[in-house]
Amino acid sequence: MEILREMMSYPFLVRALIGGVLVALCASLLGVSLVLKRYSMIGDGLSHVSFGALSIAVAFGWSPLKISIPVVVLAAFFLLRITENAKIKSDAAIAMISAAALAIGIIVTSLTTGMTTDVSSYMFGSILAMSRDDVRLSVILSVVVLGLFVFCYNKIFAVTFDESFAKATGVNVSRYNVLISILTAITIVLGMRMMGAMLISSLIIFPALTSMRIFKSFRGVVLSSGILSMVCFLIGLVLSYQYSTPAGASVVIVNLSAFLLFSLIGMILKMRKGDRIK
Amino acid sequence: MNSLIECSHVDFGYENQDAVVGVTMTVNPGDYICIVGENGSGKSTLMKGLLGLLKPTSGTISISEELKKNGIGYLPQQTAAQKDFPATVFEVVLSGCLSRRGSRPFYSAKEKKLAKESMERLGITEISSHCYRDLSGGQQQRALIARALCATDKLLILDEPIAGLDPAAIAEFYQMIRGLNEKEGVAILMVSHDIGNVVKQADKILHLKREVLFYGSTKEYINSDAGRIYLGGA
Repeated sequence: MEILREMMSYPFLVRALIGGVLVALCASLLGVSLVLKRYSMIGDGLSHVSFGALSIAVAFGWSPLKISIPVVVLAAFFLLRITENAKIKSDAAIAMISAAALAIGIIVTSLTTGMTTDVSSYMFGSILAMSRDDVRLSVILSVVVLGLFVFCYNKIFAVTFDESFAKATGVNVSRYNVLISILTAITIVLGMRMMGAMLISSLIIFPALTSMRIFKSFRGVVLSSGILSMVCFLIGLVLSYQYSTPAGASVVIVNLSAFLLFSLIGMILKMRKGDRIK
Repeated sequence: MNSLIECSHVDFGYENQDAVVGVTMTVNPGDYICIVGENGSGKSTLMKGLLGLLKPTSGTISISEELKKNGIGYLPQQTAAQKDFPATVFEVVLSGCLSRRGSRPFYSAKEKKLAKESMERLGITEISSHCYRDLSGGQQQRALIARALCATDKLLILDEPIAGLDPAAIAEFYQMIRGLNEKEGVAILMVSHDIGNVVKQADKILHLKREVLFYGSTKEYINSDAGRIYLGGA
C-alpha cells in the first residue's frame, strides 16, 4: 500500500497505471476470443506491424498514434482475410508479415535517426510512454470493449464457439470478426509503447490461457481473464517500480507466474476429481 | 402439408463456376433424407445453399416461414478449436436460441427453459454443467444436436455427423436420430459418406455429382444404376 501511494505521487506513473490497467483489460477480453479461435499469432503480427508504422512516423516527425492506428487496423483486416481464405497458411503469412514490418521499421530508423532510445523503448517498452492522449483513448477503448462484451456477449460466444452455426442462425459473423480485429489493433497500438512490441501480445494470450487451466465455462473464463489481467498488470508495475525492472517484462513475468500457479491448481483439482471417481 | 424447403432447378456456385446444377428437391416435415456423393461433388455447396449462406445463381428456393424466423437446426462439422473449448454444455445448448432472441442482449427465462427441455430430450441434463472439452465424442454430438433443436424442432441439417466418432457412438447416434425422426417428427437432412449405414437409415437418398444422379426413395436407390455403382459390394 505504502509503495502504491508513493507511486501515485508521480503523474507519469498514474497515467501508466490507469492506461495500462485499461489496456490490459481490453487485451484480455479480446484475447479470450482470439485464443479460442486460434488467432493468437495475430496479436504478435500486429505488434510488429505497429513497430514498423511507429518508426516511420518517428522518422518523419508525424504523430505516432495517428499513423500507426490506421496502418495496424488495415493490417488486421488483411491478416483476418488470409486466415479466412487460407491460400497461404495463416501462421506462415503472419510470420512473414511481422518479419517484413520489423525489417522496414529497422531500415527506416537506421537511415534517418539511427537507433535512438525511442526505438529501443518501442521494442521493449517504456513506462514513460503513456501520454495524456493515450490515457484518454484507452478509456474510450475500454468503454467500447466492455460494452461489446456485455451487450453482445451471447453473440460473441456463438461466433467464437461455432462460426458456421452462428452464420446459419443469421448472425453477421464477419462483422464481429472485423470489429474484434479493429479493437485488437487499437489495443495493441496503445499498449505497445508501454509493454514493447516484443511483449504486448502476451497481454492478449496469457490471461485467456491461464483462466482456461481452471475455469470450465466461457463466462468463467471471460470474467477471470479480465480480472486476472488487471491484477497481474498492477503487480507487475509495482514490482517494476520497486526493483527498477522494465515494466513490460515485469508484467509478462507476473503473468507467467499466474499461469504456472493456475496450471498447478488445475492439476490438483483434476487429481482430486480422479480420486473421487475411483 | 406445407413443405419445409422447396428447391426447383437450383444452381449454386462460386464466381461464375457452378458447383451444383439443376437441383430439384423438397423437404417435407418428417422426412429423412440423405445427401451422398464423392468428395467435391457439391454436397457441402448444396448444404450451404439450403442454409441460406449461399445465394443460388439460378432457380428458386422457398423456405417455410417458421424456419425463416427461428433459423434452421444445423449441426456443422466440428472444428479442431471446439474440441478443447471451455464452455459448459448448458452454454453451448443455450446458444441455439440466438436467433429467437433478436436484438435483445440477454436470454429470457423462456429460452433457458427451452434449452433445458432440449437437453432433457437428448438425455444430457445430468452433464449440463460439465465442460464441453471433457465430454466424449458422442456426448459432444448430443450437446450440438440439443443446440440445433433450440433453433427449431422441425428440421435438422447435419453435415458429416459421424466423422470422428467411434463405432459404438456411431450406432448410438443413428439410433438417436431415428428416434427424433420417428417419435418427434423432426425432419432430417444429412450429408454423409457412410453409405453402408445411410441406406439402412434414410428414407430418401439424393445422390449428387455436380448434378443430381438420383433422387428418390432408398429402396429405388439400391436398385438404380447410380446406387449399384456407388454401393459397390456394400
